[in-house]
Amino acid sequence: MSLLTLENVSRSFGGLNALDAVDMQVSPGEIVGLIGPNGAGKTTLVNVVTGALRPSAGDIRFEGRSIAGKKPHQIGRMGIARTYQVVQPFPEMTVLENVMAPATFAARAEDMRTARLKSMEALEFVGLAGSAGTIAAELTLAGRKRLELAKSLAMNPRVLLLDEVNAGLNTAEIDGALTLIRRIADNGVTVIIIEHLMKVVMTLCSRLVVLHHGAKIAEGTPDEVSRDPHVIEAYLGTRYSRNLGAREAAHD
Amino acid sequence: MTRIIPIVVVIAVALVACLPLLGDNYLLRLGTMFAMYAVLALSWNIIGGFAGYPSFATAAFFGLGAYTGAILQGAGIPMIVAWTGACVMALVFAVLLGMAILHLKGHYFAIASLVVAEVLLEIATSWTGLTGGGMGLNLPVLQISIEAQARLFFYAMLTIAVLALLMNWLVSRGKVGFALRCIRQNEDASSMVGIDTTFYKVTGFGLSAILVGGAGAIYASWVFYIEPADVFSVLLSVKPIVMAMLGGAGTVLGPVVGALVFIVMEELVWRNFLSFHAAVLGLLIVGLIFFLPNGILGLVRRRRAAGLKPEEEGAA
Ligand SMILES: Nc1ncnc2c1ncn2[C@@H]1O[C@H](COP(=O)(O)OP(=O)(O)OP(=O)(O)O)[C@@H](O)[C@H]1O
Ligand SMILES: [Mg+2]
Repeated sequence: MSLLTLENVSRSFGGLNALDAVDMQVSPGEIVGLIGPNGAGKTTLVNVVTGALRPSAGDIRFEGRSIAGKKPHQIGRMGIARTYQVVQPFPEMTVLENVMAPATFAARAEDMRTARLKSMEALEFVGLAGSAGTIAAELTLAGRKRLELAKSLAMNPRVLLLDEVNAGLNTAEIDGALTLIRRIADNGVTVIIIEHLMKVVMTLCSRLVVLHHGAKIAEGTPDEVSRDPHVIEAYLGTRYSRNLGAREAAHD
Repeated sequence: MTRIIPIVVVIAVALVACLPLLGDNYLLRLGTMFAMYAVLALSWNIIGGFAGYPSFATAAFFGLGAYTGAILQGAGIPMIVAWTGACVMALVFAVLLGMAILHLKGHYFAIASLVVAEVLLEIATSWTGLTGGGMGLNLPVLQISIEAQARLFFYAMLTIAVLALLMNWLVSRGKVGFALRCIRQNEDASSMVGIDTTFYKVTGFGLSAILVGGAGAIYASWVFYIEPADVFSVLLSVKPIVMAMLGGAGTVLGPVVGALVFIVMEELVWRNFLSFHAAVLGLLIVGLIFFLPNGILGLVRRRRAAGLKPEEEGAA
């Protein structure tokens, strides 16, 4: 049975259709990649699923129950967590306090002590335990990305939506993040990952969904999708041809 | 360090409570004003300091409390019950108002909250049958000596000031304060980590009103006579903000420190410069924003942190 279902979901901003009648199903335990060129509507999809934005049309169901139009805190408490493309820490709080917020409010820890323990666990998991007392604003970008991850994990999510957690990280940091994401999935969390790095998507995901101008243009295994002519034209195509062009120019 | 702060606070409150022993009426009046200012600043601190919502609604809660208390007492209801009624009235009003305007952010919220006191002032001025209109309202005179009255109202104000301090302490340590601090720093991220932002903001707004309503009612009983322009004065909204910022908004003790410094300045400086009262207040606000963004307590804390660092490193 599908854990998360999007049915005909649309969202427009003025005249712009950021999401255009998207259908999507995610089964428990999957790692689904959500890809598409800049402005394809990927972040909008995350916003609509997590309640940050209302869908203009269509229905979203989580474990069979409709969540379209619910408030973010309600959806969060049901077990859907996200990370932000642009990290959103509580800047004046310590790293530990940042993680205690979701542990206290979304996962509803019985008391502060339990929340602190759970938060330390999450910080250890992402490798930030050593910075627990640091003020969040003073973390490096890689640190803040990990903090985002720890915060979303402290919510005890069933589904985790990762919006470009690797953007801006160096190769070693990306490898670390990949190992983390795999371990999160191994713990039974269903993952939807938005990613521009094809290498990451190809190695991590069992299934890909491709958005373009707000519409779903392809869906399937990484192999199927990378051979799909629509995808090559819309997404890989422009990039590959540009890359090839650049390479040839360099060779000349 | 944190251990001795509560002890110091208890001693300070005990010392203030001894004020009537001096037998100086002027000091006792000043003490009562200080306690009242502390109630207003501490209450504002919940919504303005912890949650970061720049509320100018303090005058609305104060005036509403004053009129509720006065009208109830005028109807023959015992003073203490009238004061309690004023607290309840302010709380209910703040909850309803909060549900209406707390979705507004920044300046928009500030302006909306500012307008409320003006609207209440208009209502109090025109509803002559209930409030006496612009002529004001007299309260029943107590059948006890002037000195006994001065002591009674001093202790009444001091009691709710202590309650306000206790409220801030509890809020700062509990879930409500945690939620409000998250909301101040990033409201969108707050709802995403499971915080029911509407609920906590309305709760914070209600808490910032309840004791102000009581202070208004005690004030009315204390001065025997209220009029709309007095108890709905915009200064009652502005001064608590200046006091809280002066001492350190979002801290438990900051508003009290700010209220103390403010009342000393008000008595020493402004009485001699009555004509530029407003100008001095304006300068103080500008100075605060530019030179003391974290208040006096913030300054102390920074000094202490700077002083401690070498020691800690030496010990490690
Ligand atoms: N709040 C908003 N108001 C108006 N337009 C918006 C809003 N959010 C997104 N859009 C528009 O909707 C479209 C889809 O944006 P979205 O952020 O979902 O794309 P994306 O696939 O996440 O892109 P990227 O890869 O750059 O992150 C874009 O054209 C964007 O400008
Ligand atoms: Mg995006």
